[in-house]
Amino acid sequence: MKKIEAIIRKTKFEEVKEALLNSDINWFEYHDVHGIGQSRQARIYRGVQYSTDVIERVAISIVCRDQFVDPTIQVIITTAQTGEIGDGRIFVSDIIDTYSIRTGEFGDCVLRDKK
Amino acid sequence: MNDISLSLDTVWMLIAAMLVFWMQPGFALCEAGFTRGKNAANILFKNFVDFMFGSLLFWFVGFGFMFGSEGAGFIGAPNWGDLSFYNGDLPVEGFLMFETVFCATAATIVSGAMAERTKFSMYIIYSLFISLIIYPVEGHWTWGGGWLSNSASDSFMMQTFGDVFHDFAGSAIVHSVGGVLALIGAMALGARRGKYAKDGSSRAIPGHSLMLAALGVFILWLGWFGFNPGSQLAASGEVNRTAISHVLLTTNLAASAGGIATMFVTWLKYGKPSFSLMLNGVLAGLVGITAGCDLVSPVGAVVIGLVCGVVLVFAIEFIDHVLHIDDPVGASSVHGVCGILGTLLTGLLSVSNGAFYGHGWGFFGAQCLGILAIDLWAAACGFILFYGIKYLKGLRVDARIEDEGLDVYEHGESCYN
Repeated sequence: MKKIEAIIRKTKFEEVKEALLNSDINWFEYHDVHGIGQSRQARIYRGVQYSTDVIERVAISIVCRDQFVDPTIQVIITTAQTGEIGDGRIFVSDIIDTYSIRTGEFGDCVLRDKK
Repeated sequence: MNDISLSLDTVWMLIAAMLVFWMQPGFALCEAGFTRGKNAANILFKNFVDFMFGSLLFWFVGFGFMFGSEGAGFIGAPNWGDLSFYNGDLPVEGFLMFETVFCATAATIVSGAMAERTKFSMYIIYSLFISLIIYPVEGHWTWGGGWLSNSASDSFMMQTFGDVFHDFAGSAIVHSVGGVLALIGAMALGARRGKYAKDGSSRAIPGHSLMLAALGVFILWLGWFGFNPGSQLAASGEVNRTAISHVLLTTNLAASAGGIATMFVTWLKYGKPSFSLMLNGVLAGLVGITAGCDLVSPVGAVVIGLVCGVVLVFAIEFIDHVLHIDDPVGASSVHGVCGILGTLLTGLLSVSNGAFYGHGWGFFGAQCLGILAIDLWAAACGFILFYGIKYLKGLRVDARIEDEGLDVYEHGESCYN
């Protein structure tokens, strides 16, 4: 089992969501994240110029069985890509175990993918 | 006057009073939107406090100070809740309500400029004084028949200028007084923490919701349709129905021109049209037209709106970058600067007695003296009041309270949960 975490553009979220549901992922979680980077955006508020370094992105978190890791990553890359700086990052990490609260089952059989 | 006409006039006055009351939520939303969410409940609360104390005090004594007769044109006698001294055609209780909402408008302007750092208890003391004495006294000079509006041929104003001071609905009496007090209050308080860097450069502290601010400005715009046309205090007969229609038109034209002017000035100056400043620009046009909305032509109204909308941007920059007075919502620029400007422009653009229409400079002189007297009175009272509170009790909350938000520490309740 692996956990795939992807930080993507907010504007790409709908596309990525549809693509993931159309592939073999049946559940994932996401949240809004604020990042701080080196790039600054010039803003003006009431005649005062300032720059903001806050970058807003969506983080998607997917836990899946090993055989789905590569296809899922490919889906995210193809749909979330614009080619501009700031498209985001994908991180993959190992998951030691998974439990179903309802049935008490554990192991990757809990992740009932379509296949 | 026939009975139906008087009823019509009364109903119009009462509807206008309700519209002017509706400016209170306009101010509340506008000020809350332009400031941070951690202080939202506090600033909304202040807007309520202004109105509640203003209503009681103006009924009990302020109305007498303003419309009572003794005091040689400088101040009327306090009425102690007794309205029987007033002898006008309109029902006195309705007239009191109409004047109360104007008093409350003057009072509520200040809270925005002093937002996010003033002790709630000390703000209440300020709020008592404006409704009790500051506003009623200068109101007496003008609308109360005092020395600035005494049109007897041997009066000081007629002897000196050949004309009396004219402020139809309160550019000077309501708005410039609120604006001047706002400026002095903000000056006495000092800037919000983090507003100015060590080198003196100004930092932006964006407000938490332009949605609220925009709704507030639209509500104020509607309220102004009571504020100005209502100040005719009559609707019946050809003269009055023409006048209130004319005033409604000039009011709306100036508001639109003010917003458009600010939009283009910020577009040229900053490369992008600024929405938050445009909101102030609409109010600048409204404040500016208020003094002369009955006397100027529609073209004159557009000119006043444009001038106020342009000057506003530079006034906000000057107060922020040069004077280093931190006014989070721009109240001193919108109400103070544009209130003064509108009063003076009336002296130039009045069709019946303005200088630009070939009627000489007498009326303009009367406007200059009037605005000077009114705002010097407001400034003197403001200095004594705000600096007095500052040195006796302290105006500001502690740094920690300011950092974490007034809502939690001053009230134990936060606006957003």
